[in-house]
Amino acid sequence: MSKRLDSMLEWVDARFPLTSNWKAHLTEYYAPKNFNFWYYFGSLAMLVLVNQLLTGIFLTMNYKPDASLAFSSVEYIMRDVNFGWLIRYMHSTGASMFFVVVYLHMFRGMMYGSYRKPRELLWLIGMGIFFILMMLAFTGYILPWGQMSYWGAQVIISMVGAIPVVGDTLSSWILGDFMLSDAALNRFFAYHVVTLPIVLVILVIVHVLALHEVGSNNPDGIEIKAHKDPVSHIPVDGIPFHPYYSVKDIFGVIMFLIVFCGIIFFAPEMGGYFLEYNNFVPANTLQTPDHIAPVWYFTPYYSMLRAVTVNFLWIDAKLWGIILMGGSVAIFALLPWLDRSPVKSIRYKGPYFKIALTLFVISVLVLGWLGTKSPTPLYTLLAQIFTVIYFAFFILMPWYSKIDKTKPEPTRVR
Amino acid sequence: MRTIAYILLAAFLAPVVAHASSEEARLDRAPIQRTDTLSLQRGAQAFANYCLTCHSTEYMRYNRLRDLGLNENQISDNLIFTGQKVGELMTVAMRKKDAKQWFGVIPPDLSVIARSRGPDWLYTYLRQFYRDETTATGWNNLLFDKVAMPHALYQLQGIQSVSVRTEDDGHGGTHEVKELKLDTPGTLSRIEYDQYVADLVNYLVYVGEPAATKRTQLGIIVMLFLFVMLGLTYALKHEYWKDIH
Repeated sequence: MSKRLDSMLEWVDARFPLTSNWKAHLTEYYAPKNFNFWYYFGSLAMLVLVNQLLTGIFLTMNYKPDASLAFSSVEYIMRDVNFGWLIRYMHSTGASMFFVVVYLHMFRGMMYGSYRKPRELLWLIGMGIFFILMMLAFTGYILPWGQMSYWGAQVIISMVGAIPVVGDTLSSWILGDFMLSDAALNRFFAYHVVTLPIVLVILVIVHVLALHEVGSNNPDGIEIKAHKDPVSHIPVDGIPFHPYYSVKDIFGVIMFLIVFCGIIFFAPEMGGYFLEYNNFVPANTLQTPDHIAPVWYFTPYYSMLRAVTVNFLWIDAKLWGIILMGGSVAIFALLPWLDRSPVKSIRYKGPYFKIALTLFVISVLVLGWLGTKSPTPLYTLLAQIFTVIYFAFFILMPWYSKIDKTKPEPTRVR
Repeated sequence: MRTIAYILLAAFLAPVVAHASSEEARLDRAPIQRTDTLSLQRGAQAFANYCLTCHSTEYMRYNRLRDLGLNENQISDNLIFTGQKVGELMTVAMRKKDAKQWFGVIPPDLSVIARSRGPDWLYTYLRQFYRDETTATGWNNLLFDKVAMPHALYQLQGIQSVSVRTEDDGHGGTHEVKELKLDTPGTLSRIEYDQYVADLVNYLVYVGEPAATKRTQLGIIVMLFLFVMLGLTYALKHEYWKDIH
């Protein structure tokens, strides 16, 4: 039996690089042996991606991308489709959990300097993934055609309209109408289920290929490839991804699923944060809700959008808000070149970086919380202060990371 | 390092805490129990008698009410007044155009009202109608000012009126407190009426998500399975990693 399998494998290998790829990416891909908790989120992001793709396919079988039918078709899925409620909750919870794991994955990179040379391109590809993910979230959120779907999208589209000169033309080009309507719902559906998932899957593959070229970083931020076994040329602190990290990641998957299923089965609305209460009201083009809040994962950016209240430099406040909002996402791409510290990992960085990172995390959290609230003068002031802190983390990094008092890096991982 | 981990943990808990502490209007807590089948049956009866004339639940089929322990004959005989078949959706016969003319707004579909408004809001709302001669219907509501809906349950609750009283707010100023008073008693006592409304709200919560009970039941099995798997995968990882130092 085994012999027959071997010969089959030989037959395939003569025609397709199966064994060599299996080895290159799994059994002979050497990952540092000191990965900690924070290193689960890459594989978990992949798991959530697969969850979204699979549940998404089943949802499209019953969803109707039509302004007059969309809302009812979602309720039809929730009631009349066998286990439709489960598939829908897996998809809606998956959307939020995608951001949870991606944010933690990015935070890991920031803590351990995973964006530093030679992983700049890996980081940039990751930024591309993040951008596509946001587009997917936005186009997907429109589909149930509830009040928040409609008015949330209206806010985003009005940002396009605020671009000088071409704004109005651009927004009607995007919408296929002069207002958000059935035409836009149809095309956003197409982007959500075809275009963007394809781009996302390709980028994820490219991300993994780039990772396997440069090798994984680790909590010590030192290169395991610097110490190779003289005979086998295998990094001495590296262990094969499979089986070591595959079994470890399976444990991580179960831990994640406990949280994920806990939400799906016991709190699918997550207190109005994963499924907003107002989105259970069908979209009404004539009635603006009192309070429009984006879903939680966009609230930090939404806060920054609203933080600018004065016109200056001949640009009006709204456009400044949009510039800040775009900038707050785009600025992550500059991290590899902003960090001038001689060490990568937070373990060996000095107090300035630790303080800066802590302030940054606090500002993201506060901005996120403010984004769910209606603006008041106090909240706006807070949003302004924390927007400044948010950007200061990046803009001042070349200085504070350079003068920071770092500890010497070890030569081998601990 | 560790501090950052705590901050992130706090971040996950923050929305839960924030939600719990932000409530604008004062709402009474709806005394409902999703597993109380008798309450749900009474609620279904109340809904069919008083609400379904104007308010549809058009995403819901009559025969889904078998969830509440009723059989199809019981549903047809007691809950369907429109001659519809038991497999049909719970729609209303009133034309939307007429409704708009009569009430000013089309009475909203109530399939997911409990998910958008929440049970406490509904429980409070249905108990706070009062007589107000200045409105078109002669009715007003403390929770929902100038609501287009007349008090459909007034025969049961009786007729309330509102009185305004100024009260010291403890900071040197005053604020107005509106109080409801029962002028004409209805056929139900206050306690009976509260229970009647609670049953109705319970039913609306059920209609909002008919799969909810099945969801939590299935969830317990899934969680038990996952906890077993957690132990097994941990043991597997431990076994493989024995020789890594």
